[in-house]
Amino acid sequence: MENYKIPDNLAVSEEGFLFLPATGESFTLNEIGKIVIGLLKNGSSIEEIIERLTEEFDVDEHTAEKDVNDFLTQLKNFRLVEEI
Amino acid sequence: MKVAVTGLNNVDSPGPGVPVIRGIKDSERFSGKIVGLIYDALEPGAFMPDVADSSYLIPYPSGGLDPFFERLAYINSIEKIDVIIPTLDAELYAFTKLSPKLAEIGIKTFLPSAEQITIRGKDKLFSFCEENGITAPKNILASSIHELYAMPSELKFPVAIKGIFYDAYIANNFEEAAAYFGKISSKWGLPIIVQEFVRGEEYNVVALGDGTGNTTGAVAMKKLYITDKGKGWAGVTIDEPQLIDISKKIIEKLEWKGGAEFEFIKDGNTGKFYLLEINPRFPAWVYLAVGAGQNLPYAALQLALGEEVENFENYEIGKIFIRYSWDLITDIKKFEEITVKGVVVNE
Amino acid sequence: MSKKVYERPVIIKQHSGLMNKFGSSPVQPTITEIDGVAVNNLVEEYGSPLFVFSEKQIRENQRKMLRIFKTRYPKVQFAWSYKTNYLSAVCSVFHQEGSWAEVVSEYEYQRARKLGVSGANIIFNGPDKSDSALETAVKEKAKIHIDHFDELYQLLEITEKLDLKANVAIRVNMDVGIYPKWDRFGFNYENGEAAHAIKRIMTSKTLNLVGLHTHIGTYIMATEPYRLAVLKLVELAKMVHAQYETVLEYIDVGGGLPSKNTLKGQYLDAEQLLPSYEQYADAITSPLFDLNLPPDELPTLFLETGRALIDDAGYLISTVLGNKRLSNGKRAIIIDAGVNYLFTSHWFNHKIVPAQNSGNFTENAAVYGPLCMNIDCLREDIVLPTQKKGDRLIILFVGAYSVTQWMQFITTRPKITMVMEDKTVEVIREDEDLEYIISPERVPEKLTSFSLK
Repeated sequence: MENYKIPDNLAVSEEGFLFLPATGESFTLNEIGKIVIGLLKNGSSIEEIIERLTEEFDVDEHTAEKDVNDFLTQLKNFRLVEEI
Repeated sequence: MKVAVTGLNNVDSPGPGVPVIRGIKDSERFSGKIVGLIYDALEPGAFMPDVADSSYLIPYPSGGLDPFFERLAYINSIEKIDVIIPTLDAELYAFTKLSPKLAEIGIKTFLPSAEQITIRGKDKLFSFCEENGITAPKNILASSIHELYAMPSELKFPVAIKGIFYDAYIANNFEEAAAYFGKISSKWGLPIIVQEFVRGEEYNVVALGDGTGNTTGAVAMKKLYITDKGKGWAGVTIDEPQLIDISKKIIEKLEWKGGAEFEFIKDGNTGKFYLLEINPRFPAWVYLAVGAGQNLPYAALQLALGEEVENFENYEIGKIFIRYSWDLITDIKKFEEITVKGVVVNE
Repeated sequence: MSKKVYERPVIIKQHSGLMNKFGSSPVQPTITEIDGVAVNNLVEEYGSPLFVFSEKQIRENQRKMLRIFKTRYPKVQFAWSYKTNYLSAVCSVFHQEGSWAEVVSEYEYQRARKLGVSGANIIFNGPDKSDSALETAVKEKAKIHIDHFDELYQLLEITEKLDLKANVAIRVNMDVGIYPKWDRFGFNYENGEAAHAIKRIMTSKTLNLVGLHTHIGTYIMATEPYRLAVLKLVELAKMVHAQYETVLEYIDVGGGLPSKNTLKGQYLDAEQLLPSYEQYADAITSPLFDLNLPPDELPTLFLETGRALIDDAGYLISTVLGNKRLSNGKRAIIIDAGVNYLFTSHWFNHKIVPAQNSGNFTENAAVYGPLCMNIDCLREDIVLPTQKKGDRLIILFVGAYSVTQWMQFITTRPKITMVMEDKTVEVIREDEDLEYIISPERVPEKLTSFSLK
C-alpha cells in the first residue's frame, strides 16, 4: 500500500474548515476526516490509520479500509496529498 | 421587529434584496433587525455594513419544500422572524406555497398567488393583455414549423422568435424564422413564441399592489446606461402618466398582491406603450423609488403586517440612480463562519 | 470500553455559486417502513429488488379524489385507466372502490372482463379496435369511444350485421392552449370533424350516442386547459341537445392529472409548481353547469384519472451493489434495480431515499442500475448520504406506468407485493424465472445441438 504525505502548511481549523493558502481553495471536513488528516500530517501510514480507526470507533477493518482509500482518492483529486 | 429578506446577491446582475433592505431601514418608523437569507456563502449583502444584521444560508427550494421549510423554521426558532420578503423569481412559487405554513409559525408574507405568478408567463401574458385592453406585442404560439407558415397576416416581418423561457431572435423573413425556430426549439423545447417586433425604447415601472386591485405606489423609470448584459446601470425617474395608468390597470385587473416590475417598449413610430413583461417582485432598482419619495419596500412591509397604508400619489421627477461596484474587505474567518455554521453575524 | 460511533471520513470542496451543506444537501428523509411493515423484513422475505404497492394509499387516493369532485358536481364516475397499471390486484382495489374499467386494447378489455367487470362498466378507448373486439364490446354493451371515421364505419357495419345497437361516444380533440396538442386521437373540434361525426352517428339506426369524450394530454400542469376542454365539450353537448333533442348520459374528461413526480428539466419540484387537485376539479366541473340543465338531467362526469391515483402508492425497493468514484471524483452508486423496471425514469427524476439511517454527510451522486448498458442510469445527480454495499434505497412514486411499461431485459423481473390494510403482505405477481421466459420460445430442429471445443 502506498503512503501519503500532507504538505506542512496545510491546517484544519477546530470547526473542520481547511483553507489552502497557496491556491485559495477551501474545504470542509467531518470529524473523522479531520482525524485522518491529522494522522497523515503526523506521518502515520495507511495501515496505522485504519488500525487507529478500528480501535477508537465502531467499525470493522474492511469498511475502514474502503473508506480511508476512498477518502484518499478524493484528497488526491483535490491535490491535497503527495505520494511518498 | 425582525424582517427576513432574500436576494442579497448584489453582483453584476443584482438581486433586489439589498435595495429592499435599504428602503426598509431608511424609514424612520422602522426599528428592528434584518435577517438575510442567502443561497450562497458569498452573497455580498451578507457582508456589507448596515445591510443585514445576520445572514443564514438556506437550501434552494428546488431541493424540495420540506427541507426548505425546515431550515426556515430552524432560523425562525433562533431569530423569531415577523415578516419574510422574498425577492427572487425562482423562489416565489415556493414561498407562495409555504405562506400558510409560515403563518402558522408566526411569519407573515405579502405575495402574489400562484395563478398571478403564472399569468406573467410569456405564453399567458398576451391573452391576459388582450382580454383586458392592454397593448402588448401580438403573440402566437407555434408548435411546429407548419404553424409558423400559417402565421396570421396581421403579424408582419420582422418578428421576434422567442423560447418559452429564454432566448430571442429577430427574423426578417420566413427562412430566418424557420431557422431560429429550429435553433430555439432544440434548446428550450416547444412551443415557440412568435411575437410582433416593436422597435423602440424600453421603459420600466416599479409598483406595489395591495391585493384588492388598488395600487399603493408606482414609479416610472427610463434606463440611462445599460451594461453589455442588458442590465440598467443608471436610470432616471420620468413623468409619463400613461405608464403609471397602464400599470395601475394591470394591478387592478390582476388584483396584484406585492411588489412588481413592468417592462414596456414605446413604439418609435406611434408612441404607443407595449407591455413586454411582468416580473412578480421588486426590481433591483427599487431604491430609486425610495429616493424619489415612494418607499415601496417599507410600504410592502406595512401591508404584510396588516397596517393601513396610504397610496403614494406622486414622486420626484428627475431623480437618478447610478449603480456602482465596491470592493469589500473581510477575512477568510467570515467565510469559514458562514460555510461551517451556516450563519454570519455582522457586528 | 464502548467505541465511538463511526462515520466515514468526508471532505467537501467549497464552490461558490454551487452547493453548501445548508444549501443543497438537505437531510434526506429516511423511509424504514411502508404502511407499518419494515423494509428490511420485506426484502428478507421477498428479495430485492421488490415492487411494493400500498392498498391503503390507493384507497385513500381514490376516496379523496372522489370526494374532491363529488363536493363540486353531483354525478361523478371514475373509470380506472388500465394502461397506467393493470395488475389484477391493483385493478380490483379500484373496482372495489366503485371505479369502472377504462381500456385501450382488446387485451385490456379481456383483462377487465376476466376480473369480473361487466361490459356495461367498461369504457373502450383507443385507436386500435379489431372487428372481433368491437363485436364483443357491442354484444356486452360496453361504452365504445370512437376514435376516427374508419372506425365509425367499421362499427356501423358490425352493428348492422349483428342487428344490435351500440352505446357510443366520440373522442374529441381540441386546442386548449397546450403543447403538445393531442390531435392524433379522436375528431377535431375546431375544424368541424367532431360535429360531422356526431351528425353521422345521430342519423344511424344502430349507434346510440351516449357521451362525449376528450383526453387533452398527460401530466397537465395547469388547470385552464381542462376548463377550456370542458367548455368545448359543453358546446358540443348543447348542440346535440338543440339539434337532435338528445340529452347525453355523460361527459368524459379523460385523465392527465399529474402526480408528485418531478419531470426532467423541470427546475422546480413538482409540489411547488402544480395546482392542487381541488383547483383542477374547479376547472373541470364549473363549465358543466353552463349546460343549464335541471340537476337530474345533468350528464355524469366520467374521469379516467390514472397517474394521480396510483403513483405514490408504488415503491421500488433496491439494494446497493457497490460504490465507485467516477473519473471526475463524483460518487456513483450501483443498485440492483435498473431502467428495465423503470421506463418512467426516462422522463422523471424519481425521488430516491435511503431505507436506513446513514449519517448526516451527504454527497452528490449518480445512481446507476445493474444492467451492463450505458443507458442504465436512474439519476444523474442526487444528493444522498453515503451508502454501504447491502444498504437499501427506495425509489418513490413508481406506481404509474412502471409495471405496465417495464421490460424483461438482461435479467428477469422481480416480485410485486402489496401491503394490505391490515399490514399483512401479499405477493400480487411472482418473480419470473428462466422457464417462464423461455417457455414460449421454439428452437428449430437443426439448431438444437452443437458442440463447442
